[in-house]
Amino acid sequence: MFSFCTDPSTLDSWRWMACYLTTGKHMSLYWSFGTVLLLLAITAPVALAFGFAGATAARSRIAPLRWIGKGYTAIVRGVPDIAFFLFFVIALDQAFEYLRHKVKCPGWDQPIRQGNDFIVCAEAKLPLGNAAQWLHEVYGFSLAVLTFAIVFGAFAANVLFGAMRAVPRAQIETAEAYGLNQRQTFWRILVPQMWVYALPGLSNLWMVLIKATPLLFLLGVEDIVYWARELGGTKTPQFTDYPHVDWRMWYFLFLLIFYLGFTKLSETVLDRIMLRLTHGQATSGGEAQRKAA
Amino acid sequence: MKSILLGTVALALTSVAAFAGSHSVVRMGTEGAYPPYNFLNDDGEVDGFEREVGDEMCARAELTCEWVTNEWDSIIPNLVSGNYDTIIAGMSITDERDEVIDFTQDYFPPTASAYVAASADADLMGGVVAAQSATIQAGYVASTGAALIEFATPEETIAAVRAGEADAVLADRDYLAPLVDASGGELVFVGDPVPLGGGVGMGLRESDGEMLAKFDAAITSMKEDGTLNALLIKWFGEDTQTY
Repeated sequence: MFSFCTDPSTLDSWRWMACYLTTGKHMSLYWSFGTVLLLLAITAPVALAFGFAGATAARSRIAPLRWIGKGYTAIVRGVPDIAFFLFFVIALDQAFEYLRHKVKCPGWDQPIRQGNDFIVCAEAKLPLGNAAQWLHEVYGFSLAVLTFAIVFGAFAANVLFGAMRAVPRAQIETAEAYGLNQRQTFWRILVPQMWVYALPGLSNLWMVLIKATPLLFLLGVEDIVYWARELGGTKTPQFTDYPHVDWRMWYFLFLLIFYLGFTKLSETVLDRIMLRLTHGQATSGGEAQRKAA
Repeated sequence: MKSILLGTVALALTSVAAFAGSHSVVRMGTEGAYPPYNFLNDDGEVDGFEREVGDEMCARAELTCEWVTNEWDSIIPNLVSGNYDTIIAGMSITDERDEVIDFTQDYFPPTASAYVAASADADLMGGVVAAQSATIQAGYVASTGAALIEFATPEETIAAVRAGEADAVLADRDYLAPLVDASGGELVFVGDPVPLGGGVGMGLRESDGEMLAKFDAAITSMKEDGTLNALLIKWFGEDTQTY
């Protein structure tokens, strides 16, 4: 990075630190913050959409749809995250490849499962075996988003399901009395009012999601915790220009500060959202706002 | 939700189609946390004995290779499901693993594992011994009667000994030696070396017989012309076992 970094062992501590903190490896650490934030930014809305769909399905009048919604929340919430990430993602990947295999290689005569191996034709590999590394990374990242969305969507579905039931019955009855049909009642009365009941549960989920990103490495996506562990580990002089003892504590302290700061920021934003959602609601919070106004 | 799912499938089906048909790439899966076998250098790239051996093997087999890192715990499942094509990660050839994947001949001779402790009088048979999970060393410790604590990364096993959480750690001697050297007497080798495993080989899917033969031939030629021995001495020192 800097011109004086050619022989780090001769440097004084400040320059040494400057060189050390700008190695290619540290750059990967800094990039991984972006990866994590991007993952959160994409996953949160997608998971919410999954949750909304799940909750709506779970309270549907059509029995099979209701079974799907209830089954989704029950099964996904019941399976440990790490099992989900280890096996489900591989299964999902194989499902995509299987579909592509069926489409692209109709003339293939060998079995797809050979013992432990999962063999599809080369054109069906996802990403293709000769694709650039960044394509593999983007693909792994997309799988991670999808998996996170499915897992957290199940929890969100449960939260939203409860929130929909928490909307006072009187509100729905009034809507019916005004002649709104079911769809109108749902979209105009139920959904706008349920968020205030859902937000505490959803904010919990958001906090858990922020801290769940180390699971990413199971999918080959290198997140901040992975790099902190890798960079902080003991480095002996044979294998690096910057030998040091076990510094993981400092790296993790840095992560702690990052996560605490992020949590604080999230809380501030969530408080504001809560304030807006409470406005005009038939809750004690809404009542307090009305009186204060 | 449906449209998101369909959209993802559609994207997955079409997006990379344009890249089909060009030259094939062999993806080499490694852990990147086990020096001198494999580790990430200051630039964040895979480096070490296996990097050099692997690159040389690919050159001789006339394959284009690309390096990827994966966590040790899920390194075999990701190979058999096709996320990369080889495991070159200091993996000892054992019968249990051989049932799931295939190995090339060994490119690192069967060597000893060793115990390292903070003091020379550590209790290796009745105390607490750390090892990386899903390794031959972990299996061995479990059979000795010592209490085994497993960690996901090799680094954590050493840290456990330094912190006093474990009395000793069992790992490949070549991984431990640089750490003992650099510790300034804090860590010492204890007890006799334990011969484990059938050497280190490259793992491939059982269905990839053709690629296995290519890599096997490359290793044979590297053993014959002394390239492999030179690399062994370069990374593991003059005293290491050679072919």
